[in-house]
Amino acid sequence: MSASDPRDELVEHLPAMRAFAISLTRNGAVADDMVQDTLVKAWTNIEKFQVGTNMRAWLFTILRNTYYSSRRKAKREVADVDGIFTESLAEKPAHDGHLQMADFRVALGKLPDEQREALLLIGASGFSYEEAAEMCGVAIGTIKSRTNRARKQLAELMGLNEDEAMEMTDDATMSVLSASKVSSF
Amino acid sequence: MNGQNQNNPRDGVIDENLRRVYEEAIDEGIPDRFKSLLEQLKQQDRNSGDKG
Repeated sequence: MSASDPRDELVEHLPAMRAFAISLTRNGAVADDMVQDTLVKAWTNIEKFQVGTNMRAWLFTILRNTYYSSRRKAKREVADVDGIFTESLAEKPAHDGHLQMADFRVALGKLPDEQREALLLIGASGFSYEEAAEMCGVAIGTIKSRTNRARKQLAELMGLNEDEAMEMTDDATMSVLSASKVSSF
Repeated sequence: MNGQNQNNPRDGVIDENLRRVYEEAIDEGIPDRFKSLLEQLKQQDRNSGDKG
């Protein structure tokens, strides 16, 4: 046994892998199965990991591949999963300040998988565009446009653009008001 | 290059929510099933002969 078996590092990445899997699948049970599969694959294929490179990126690549291959296998189940997820969301009480987060989860769940994935990798997991692009096997520009679209759509779903719209409306209203005031005098 | 809208308040709200979703999952800790799985895998390797 060598002193620095890279497999000893696997446990350190588990929390981040779970967080990504849970956020991607929106289902704790499915996420944990995915993480378990990934662990077994990583363990048994550890010789494919290049020591000195980013192990988290390597693990996330396996994790996302596991997700997409199981999604291909069970499209129907995924639809069911969505239903379960919506139910469990509805059961959660809206604690103080958690309302926005519940909205956010619902909105996040509505994004196409590829957009949600890109946003999670960049915005939450702390990967660079370059790393995410390599993991997903797409161009860097694709990751950038996916995250931008994800942000835009989330903002729309959460009504975050309303402030801007309000301000504009306010200005517009003000000018209409002042104009009507002027004309009514 | 177009600048990213990282300082956009809209993105700030989204990033904060993303972080909270992640933190919640991370705070759950590692379920025991993963620790025992890793133990099992180690055990299997020992049993199937010490290579490497």
